[in-house]
Amino acid sequence: MIPDQLKTALAEHIAASITPREAAVTVMKELQAHYGWLTDEAVAEAAQLLGISPLQVEELATFYEMIYRRPVGKRVVHVCDSISCWAMGGESLLGQLAARLGIPVGGTDPEGMFTLLPCCCLGNCGDAPTMMVGDNLYGRLTLETALGVLEQERESAKM
Amino acid sequence: MNDGIVVNVCMGTGGIAAGGDMVMQEFIKEFETAGVKNATVKEKCRLHKVGCRGFCARDVLVDITVDGQVSTYQYIQPEMVKRLVQEHVLGAKPITEWLVGDDYHVFHDNQTKRVLADLGKIDPESIEEYLGVDGYKAAEKTLTTMKPEEVIQVVKDSGLRGRGGGGFPTGVKWSFCAANKADQRYIICNADEGDPGAFMDRSVVEGNPHAVIEGMIIGAYAIGASVGYVYIRAEYPLAVDRLRLALKHAEERGFLGKKLFGTDFSLKIKVKLGAGAFVCGEETALIASIEGERGMPRAKPPFPANKGLWGKPTIINNVETFANIPQIMNKGAAWYASIGSEKSKGTKVIALTGKIKNTGLIEIPMGMPLKDIIFKVGGGIEGNKLFKAVQTGGPSGGCIPQQFIDLPVDYEGLASVGSMMGSGGMVVLDETDCMVNISKFFLQFTQSESCGKCVPCRIGTKRLLEILTRITEGEGKEGDIELLQQLAEDVRDSSLCGLGMSAPNPVISTIKYFRHEYEAHIKHKKCPAKVCNKLLTFFIREDMCVGCGMCAKACSVNAISGEKKQPHKINNSMCIQCGSCFDACKFSAVLKE
Repeated sequence: MIPDQLKTALAEHIAASITPREAAVTVMKELQAHYGWLTDEAVAEAAQLLGISPLQVEELATFYEMIYRRPVGKRVVHVCDSISCWAMGGESLLGQLAARLGIPVGGTDPEGMFTLLPCCCLGNCGDAPTMMVGDNLYGRLTLETALGVLEQERESAKM
Repeated sequence: MNDGIVVNVCMGTGGIAAGGDMVMQEFIKEFETAGVKNATVKEKCRLHKVGCRGFCARDVLVDITVDGQVSTYQYIQPEMVKRLVQEHVLGAKPITEWLVGDDYHVFHDNQTKRVLADLGKIDPESIEEYLGVDGYKAAEKTLTTMKPEEVIQVVKDSGLRGRGGGGFPTGVKWSFCAANKADQRYIICNADEGDPGAFMDRSVVEGNPHAVIEGMIIGAYAIGASVGYVYIRAEYPLAVDRLRLALKHAEERGFLGKKLFGTDFSLKIKVKLGAGAFVCGEETALIASIEGERGMPRAKPPFPANKGLWGKPTIINNVETFANIPQIMNKGAAWYASIGSEKSKGTKVIALTGKIKNTGLIEIPMGMPLKDIIFKVGGGIEGNKLFKAVQTGGPSGGCIPQQFIDLPVDYEGLASVGSMMGSGGMVVLDETDCMVNISKFFLQFTQSESCGKCVPCRIGTKRLLEILTRITEGEGKEGDIELLQQLAEDVRDSSLCGLGMSAPNPVISTIKYFRHEYEAHIKHKKCPAKVCNKLLTFFIREDMCVGCGMCAKACSVNAISGEKKQPHKINNSMCIQCGSCFDACKFSAVLKE
């Protein structure tokens, strides 16, 4: 269940939109921010708020990479695999991070801290290779600096 | 500004990572200690590299302005600040050995900055600073003294073409939209910059968001739109924040909202965030996404200018296109068209990346020869390796080989060799890049970003990728090249939207210019650039190996053995050719053949 306050805010946002559907992605994102991922419960709530069927919400949710229909870690790590990063060793960075975290790309570590995802593109091409953890962007990475970043992020997530 | 001393510390992502924050604190401290009163310390660019210099490899960059004289220093660290203050600020003697060199000036002097001109000079979070560089003057002039059709005529005369990739004349597009009878029209700014290797739109929105908003106001007035959207990628959180703040400031000043500049014209601009789908950069897919549908392309015609968002006439232009508009209105069409080539006017912002010395964001007059971009602005190839090709236009573009180094970079020039301008990404490749692998890389991208609506793109890119993967893994067969070519043409000719139509371009252009590399992979099972690991054997040169053990540590399958301080050995039956040992060795002792 979402708090009434969030529900009211979302209802207002929907009412201010040109059509209810226009607000669909925003609603899904807000619910995702609340639950950590877009749970089945959230899908049902979104459908109710938007006046569409849960199936229609599902259809939208599965289209967008940043809507998570499975639980993710506290920090989602996006490693850029675009051409500039790839040319500067981004692919091997992603592989090495996966090996160090002991999870496949797309996986979440057992303690639920990190989910590792490739992303194309973070637009930080001049400072390749790049990754983004939450909203923080990191460039010119090596395996060592990337692991250092993850340690910092782990600490900040605990606080 | 004034006669005081101004110190600008570059605090982009690169700047901060290089210690910009500490450098700044150090200046403040030193000024206090030395009792310098008329000095100010500013951030040249905050939190992020904006397009200011596009040259973060030299961070921390510091400008010291004394009596209007600007000196730029590179690689500044906190411990160097004291001497800067003592000798330059107090002693009025610049420290010449720390100043930027000729290459820094060559990087900048060969550019023509229009869209990027104010980036880094003004604080993107302050509307006052934008107003200080004649901000919103163009919008005021346009709305209060010009008729919409006159605005469209000026934009037509300027020769401005869409900077998002298609290159369609902006003024003509606007006139199509304005010609429709409708109760509602929409204007959309496409900031869904998804092309791998392109980051100019992010930089422009982060560095000068008001210019984009002002361009949209003028465009909205010209076509008669009362509602506008900026569709921006969720991957750019800082750009989103700056944009929202800029919109808020513009509303507070009455530049957005009802009855703008005392006229009857009203405009509301909303921000729409993407959620990670490359195809939404395609205009009809973008419209579907705003409407809350799956962001899949629709068949054209009808074009959005006639039937777009919610079926209403809609103009979609890219960030850079809008950012050009205020200058065109201020300085006139003739001024705008005075530089550029015959059919491509003005400048183009280019994201120069890859194996080049000066990576960064640059702005050049349309038609500048490729070699000037790479060897003058870009400073040549990194590590003095051999230039092989330049990839332009992202996944929709192609690779341009050495033989076309004199090519003028404009829409027609790039198209004439089978590539395209796209959004302006330029990735420089050297002799160590494998063209088959590059082609595979782009197909991986387009294949995973294909929305799946039309069959040629959904299945065609998949099959292309399978063949390319096979070739890079040493399983290539006689006839694969011809099959790739045939399939590429079919996908190009029969896909629904630009994504599918252009997805085969990397394959077509690399086969055209680097067919011998494909043949080497297929017939001789060799990768000439020594990139495709499955075609290589890894071994360690005993005379070079110092036995540090880094390679063994890096190996994920324990295929490397050896005593400490003794030469190591790779067990080739266990090796999975991942290349980690090659990357890990600091003594060039790991070889691949």
